[in-house]
Order: sequence, then C-alpha cells, then structure tokens
Amino acid sequence: MGSHSSTSEPQLLGDQSYNYDVVRQFSIMTVVWGIVGMGIGVLIACQLVWPVLNDIFQPYTHFGRLRPLHTNAVIFAFGGCALMATSFYVVQRTCQTRLFGGPLVPFVFWGWQTVIVLAAITLPLGLTTTKEYAELEWPIDILITLVWVAYGIVFFGTVVKRKTSHIYVANWFFGGFIITVGILHVVNSAAIPVSLTKSYSAYAGAADAMVQWWYGHNAVGFFLTAGFLGIMYYFVPKQAGRPVYSYQLSIVHFWALISLYIWAGPHHLHYSALPDWAQSLGMVMSLILLAPSWGGMINGIMTLSGAWHKLRTDPTLRFLVVSLSFYGMSTFEGPMMAIKTVNALSHNTDWTIGHVHSGALGWVAMISIGAIYHLVPVLYGRSKMWSVPLINTHFWLATGGTVLYIASMWVNGITQGLMRLAFNQDGSLTYSFIDSIEASYGGYIVRAFGGGLFFLGMLLMAYNIYRTTLSASEEHTILEEKPDTAAPAVA
Amino acid sequence: MDINDVRGFATVLMMIAFVGICWWAFSPRRKKRFSDAANLPFEDEQKHQQAQAESESRDKNDSTNK
Repeated sequence: MGSHSSTSEPQLLGDQSYNYDVVRQFSIMTVVWGIVGMGIGVLIACQLVWPVLNDIFQPYTHFGRLRPLHTNAVIFAFGGCALMATSFYVVQRTCQTRLFGGPLVPFVFWGWQTVIVLAAITLPLGLTTTKEYAELEWPIDILITLVWVAYGIVFFGTVVKRKTSHIYVANWFFGGFIITVGILHVVNSAAIPVSLTKSYSAYAGAADAMVQWWYGHNAVGFFLTAGFLGIMYYFVPKQAGRPVYSYQLSIVHFWALISLYIWAGPHHLHYSALPDWAQSLGMVMSLILLAPSWGGMINGIMTLSGAWHKLRTDPTLRFLVVSLSFYGMSTFEGPMMAIKTVNALSHNTDWTIGHVHSGALGWVAMISIGAIYHLVPVLYGRSKMWSVPLINTHFWLATGGTVLYIASMWVNGITQGLMRLAFNQDGSLTYSFIDSIEASYGGYIVRAFGGGLFFLGMLLMAYNIYRTTLSASEEHTILEEKPDTAAPAVA
Repeated sequence: MDINDVRGFATVLMMIAFVGICWWAFSPRRKKRFSDAANLPFEDEQKHQQAQAESESRDKNDSTNK
C-alpha cells in the first residue's frame, strides 16, 4: 500500500487528489486494535468470573497488568486509530485539499503503531507510571509527544491550505481534541526519570491526584468526546444524506463543550484530600456539562428528522444514531454520578465501570464502527460493504452486548454501594469487602457475556471488511457513478 | 476588592461570552454563510471521484504487479 506505487498512471492527479492511503491504514488498524483491545477486555472480564484465568502465564497475564493494557488498547489504539483515520479523511474532504505534511503523514501512522506495540510490551511486563490512562513510561511518553505534534502539524497544515472559505465544524472538534490532548499529555506526564523504565511524577500528593484527573477526565472529554463528535458532525450528515440539523447550534455546542469540560476533573476525587471547594467546583461544572452534551446529541439525532425511514434499511446509519442515544444516556448518567451524594454510593463500585462502558461501547465504539462501515466502501471504491445484513447482525450484537454490560454493572454497582455503606446497630460494618464481591458474581457473568457479544460483532466486522476489499472485480462493474469505463481489474 | 470580586467578574465575563457566541451564531445576518458551511460535506464529490480514480488505477497497478 505504498503511496508512490502508481507513478506510471496517466490519471495520477498528484497534489490535486486526496491522500487516502493513510486513511486506509488507520481504518484497518482501527479494526485490528479493536479486536485486540476488546479481546483482552473479554479475557479480563472472564478473569473476574474464573480467577484461574489469571494464571495463564503469570505474572504477565495477571488482571492488574492486563487491565491497563485493555484500557490503553481500546482508548488509544482502537479509538486513536479511528480518530486519526476519520480526522485525516474529514479534514481533506471538507477543506477540499490534500493532506499537508508529506513524510509527517506516514510518521504519524508508524509512530502511533510503535507507541501501541511498546504499550503492549511494557504493560504486561509491569512497567507503569500507575497513572490511570497515562501508564506508559517516560520514553514512550516522549514518542507520543512527537507523534502528536506531527499529527497536529498535518491536521492544522491541511486546514491552513484549505480551498474552502469556512472551516467545517467537524474540524473544529478534531482541532480542539488535538490541541487539548497534546497539552494534557505533556502536563500530566511530566516526570523525573530514574532509569529507562522508571520515573516519578513531577507532582506530589493531592496536587498529583488533581493533575491526574484533570488529565483523566479530559481524556474522556477531549479524546473520547470532542474527537468523536468530530466524527459525528461529518458522518451522520453524510450517511443520512442531509446537512446537520442546526449548524448554529453546533457552534454554540463546540464553545460551550470545550470551555466546560476542562473543569470537571475533580468529580473523580470526591471525599478525598482534595480541597472541598475544588470538589464542589468539579461537581457543579459536571452538572452544567449536561447542557452542551445534550445540545450536541439532539443536533446529531435531529439531523435525521424527515429521514427516519433510512434507519430501517441502513444499519450503518443505525450504528451512528444509536451511538448518539448512548452518548445522551451516559452524559446524563455522568453528571448525576458527579453529584457528591450519588458519588458516595457509586464511587469504587462497578457502576463506574458500567458508566464508562456505556460511553466507550455505546458511544465511542459504535460511532467509530459506523464511521468505518461508511469509510471502507468509499476508500476501496465499492458501492457498499460486502454484506449489509452482516452489518445488521453486528449492530444487534453490539447493542445487545452493550445493554447487557451496562445493566449488569448497574445492578452490581448499586449492590456493592449499598452493601459497603450498610452498618449494624452498633456502628460496625454489616458486610466485608469480599461479601460485596460474592454478591456481584452473577453480574460478572452477564458482563463477560455482553462483552463477548460485542467482541463477536467486531470479528464479523473484520470478515466483512476483508471480503469488501477482496470483492473488487464484481463490484466495479455495477458501479454506475464511476466516470471511467476501463475494464475492471482482475484481482 | 478581594478574590470573590474576581470570581464574580469571571462569571459575568463567561456569561457575556456565552450570550455573545449565541448571538453571533444565531444572528440572521450569518444565516446564509452557515447554511453554506453546513453543506461542506457534500461539496467535494468531484475531487473525491478523482481520488478514487487514482486509487483505482493504483489497484490496477498493484494487481498487474502481482
């Protein structure tokens, strides 16, 4: 898939055409890392059902080592590749110009894959900074910074040389995501190295916790929300065949969302050593955040007004729209859980895990999957995916899996919260910690099953994409909008 | 004047900024501009077909190389 492989072709348009090579690469790797990351997720979910699975290859397969590998793989490998694929695609198509940056473009791809492979090696080895979602040690952090700066140069360079007068709203969200994640990463990863594989945070005590969760929650707010809203603002209108419901609302949505999200981090530290006023600030800002979140969700869903019937026949569009429903659900649940009194019940229980996966499976993964199903036929010059019914099967597996996952975690979380807050008349605790874990056993089984369904859907997706890229010859002949009449290639 | 005045000013400033952004976005004068912008995802079909033609020719090249 080299970028200079077709030098002899007469139709070569050079700088006039779009760079789809890097989009293809990132799209394929989105699916590959999705399968890897979610596969590890299913494994560690099964470890909680059958603890013996921890012993597959100790100490490397211990839950404590695989769990950060799972989170890094799904957020930064699967989610990251999806964001890079879609942002490079959207910025070219809405700026009507080829990607800026020349060799920086393959550097972003190969650099990012290197980061992922290094994570997959170091985390099972137990090399970790212990900062959640920022576990990678300092040499990898430096590589991430370099790749991220290159990513920013490519993206904003393309925006600068655009042929359109306006910068489409999706690019605003992608741009906000790239800048903020860069800042978050550099500030939170500041550390003093003592060896190649060990460093200590530059911050101490409660300040360290606050920096970590300023980073942590904005990884959610900018990586997993703003970036994926960029996907939403391009792919939902495109798949529905109509412009976004209200472009004006999308402008207000953007500025309100980015100016509020940055303050919400302290809700991760309720009832901790963090000053009380900071906790309250985090809670209030999280509550206000409901407004822009729902504004954006409504804007996305209402894009379909007048075209609802398309949902019946188009499973790709269904992925995109249902992802918005899950987004609305989890952005309602989030502010509610940020309320201190609710948090007293939910904190350190499976409710949090359920909430995260309502966002991660329902919103992030499903909108990425929808976008990839939209992209693959476009990128490989096909009229549609090899099998649309298979997309539909994937859709129901993903939706069913997510619902089972979050419902079981709600039950578990509330059970655990109530049990841990239960006191006897003499003031002693009614239950021990392990009692609450025993009570959660049924939920763990349902969760592993739900996660397994979601994972199965990803396997179907990989097969469908594989067949789509193969089915070149028969597809080309039925593509009526193709301008050239050359004989189809024999693949 | 103490820190609470600064907090008050900051809140008022944010309120003005929010109202300002809403006014700017929803002002009828910019309606056409934004509806043009909203159509940007649909504006580049020709360029996109050129890109596809290029990748198609590359496919052809790749398969003849095999």
